[in-house]
Amino acid sequence: MKILLVGNPNVGKSVIFKRLTGVNVISSNYPGTTVGYTQGFVKIGGEKAEVVDVPGAYTLEPTNAAEAVALAMLVGGDVVINVVDSTHLERNLYLTLQLIEKHVPMMVALNMWDDTKHLGIHIDVDKLKDLLGVPVVPTVAVTGEGIKNLVENISKAASPGTLSCSRDDRWVKVGDIVVQVQLIEHRHHTWRESLADASVMPISGGIIALTVLAGAFFVIRFIGEGLIGYVFDPLFSKFWMPVVNWLSNVMGADGFLHQVVIGKLVAGEVDFVQSFGLLSSGLYVPFAMVLPYIVSFYLVLGLLEDIGYLPRLCVLMDTLMHRLGMHGYAIIPTLLGFGCNVPAVLATRILESKRERFIAATLISIAIPCAALQAMVINLAGKHGPRYVAIVYGTLLLAWIILGIILRFAVKGFTPELLIEIPPYRLPPWGAMLQKLWTRVLGFLIEAVPIILGAVLVVNLLYSSGILTALIDWTAPIITGLLGLPKEAVIGLGIGFLRKDVALGMLAPLGLSAKQTVVGSVVLAMFFPCIATFVVLFKELGVLDTLKSIALMIFSALLAGGMLNIVL
Amino acid sequence: MVEGTVLPLTQMQSGQSGILAEILGGYGLVNRLNALGLRPGRRITKVSSMMMRGPITVRIDRTEIAIGFGLARKVMVRLE
Repeated sequence: MKILLVGNPNVGKSVIFKRLTGVNVISSNYPGTTVGYTQGFVKIGGEKAEVVDVPGAYTLEPTNAAEAVALAMLVGGDVVINVVDSTHLERNLYLTLQLIEKHVPMMVALNMWDDTKHLGIHIDVDKLKDLLGVPVVPTVAVTGEGIKNLVENISKAASPGTLSCSRDDRWVKVGDIVVQVQLIEHRHHTWRESLADASVMPISGGIIALTVLAGAFFVIRFIGEGLIGYVFDPLFSKFWMPVVNWLSNVMGADGFLHQVVIGKLVAGEVDFVQSFGLLSSGLYVPFAMVLPYIVSFYLVLGLLEDIGYLPRLCVLMDTLMHRLGMHGYAIIPTLLGFGCNVPAVLATRILESKRERFIAATLISIAIPCAALQAMVINLAGKHGPRYVAIVYGTLLLAWIILGIILRFAVKGFTPELLIEIPPYRLPPWGAMLQKLWTRVLGFLIEAVPIILGAVLVVNLLYSSGILTALIDWTAPIITGLLGLPKEAVIGLGIGFLRKDVALGMLAPLGLSAKQTVVGSVVLAMFFPCIATFVVLFKELGVLDTLKSIALMIFSALLAGGMLNIVL
Repeated sequence: MVEGTVLPLTQMQSGQSGILAEILGGYGLVNRLNALGLRPGRRITKVSSMMMRGPITVRIDRTEIAIGFGLARKVMVRLE
């Protein structure tokens, strides 16, 4: 049996999915968190059933790629659980009626049931059940209330056989039902609603946005640096260093195996950043340099997502984003990109037009540095002074703006207008928020550690085989001539195709000057995306557009790197 | 502003309310706006508007919706 979770955006489908299947998917407080296909299993009366978390849709007539995905998934479902936001019954019931007309057995989950009480909304569940002709169960997915009841009712899912009707007739029906089942007490504005209003006013909203973004920046740095300085670096230097040193001695401090496992000794010592062996840099880079920033970034992002601030930022940034050929909603994929470009490119599905998706995905791949890259930039460029970190970020920001303006005029098509629902501010569900952080951190470790270790291994093997020497000489004119980097830097830049953090780690032993570090960081950021991003770009944009995007990446990376080399 | 005047959303003042009179758009646009709760006969309050023809935020029931300037021009409201 295949069960589909279908409903309007931001009604809590993913939270119900987590409750039913135990699979940890990402859920947030903004419409469009889920854009792809997630599947899990639930046991119903001893039988195993497949559950699919379908992206949110307002109607069954798709207006963006995520809704098209949702519609395509409807085919092949045996039971539909229509998740409804019970605080917005009227608007949600339109989709409910459309679903009923599809003649698939279904039931309704009246989610966010707890909120109806604070808001003074009374819904007659039994009457709604009678009027719709399908089971209706109140749920509070974040606490798990009603989930058991939901599962028990799945077998009672029904298809009342309602005939389809026109849009306007359907709205009339919705109105009839709502009048009969819902009673709303009049209430005054709460402080959360006043704050909600203030955050979309031009002046107060701007002040709030600056405060939130500056606060986020400082908290991310504070936690990231704190974790490095007080947890991970001490752990490595106190406990791991003696082990590695001992091993290095056993292996005789030299030779092929030593090179692969421990790496090069720097001034007779193992150096976790520069040695570049499996057990030195191969572990230190992901765990002690990147992981702390992954943790702090996703903690802060998760908080902003769950409070419901991001859609407000979209409203404030809309005018600016239109200058770059996108509308305000593109700010959400862009922010996700500061963590990892892969989910960011996937998230561009919430944008309505192909042109917008191309511009957003290209700009993210070129100018938005992922957390792994940023951690290395802060570490390596930061050694020469914060000024150089600022130059890297400033260059990327400038590239984002300039390329956006160019693409706005160069790419055919139109940019639709912003049209989004702004969710109410909510207190974050702390447990779920930490769960989300854990899911993302674990995702990083599973993906990054094997690739980093693999890259270290491959580079060491290639170095000893001598193949690389030929490549180094062949690319020297560009690397040294145009970018002013030592010719060996080409290996690091090339490895950037696998992962950006390893790549920057490879530049570390070259003894780069401040200027060379800046050029290297910028080129690495703007050049080819990492292989994982590459794959999703192909899937989302298609071959032709990806090739265009790549041409732009190479061109702008060399241009920016070359210019920095001259200017600095 | 005189009571009963019909205006596009863009010309309303922030804080003003009215009844949504008409959406001047094709089937697709009306569909999308309907789905978000913007339907003729509904009471609508303008919350704010951004400078330089930025988006307009409105409230209908308890739903807050941001609408791009160009779309907002097509939403006609009868002032209360």
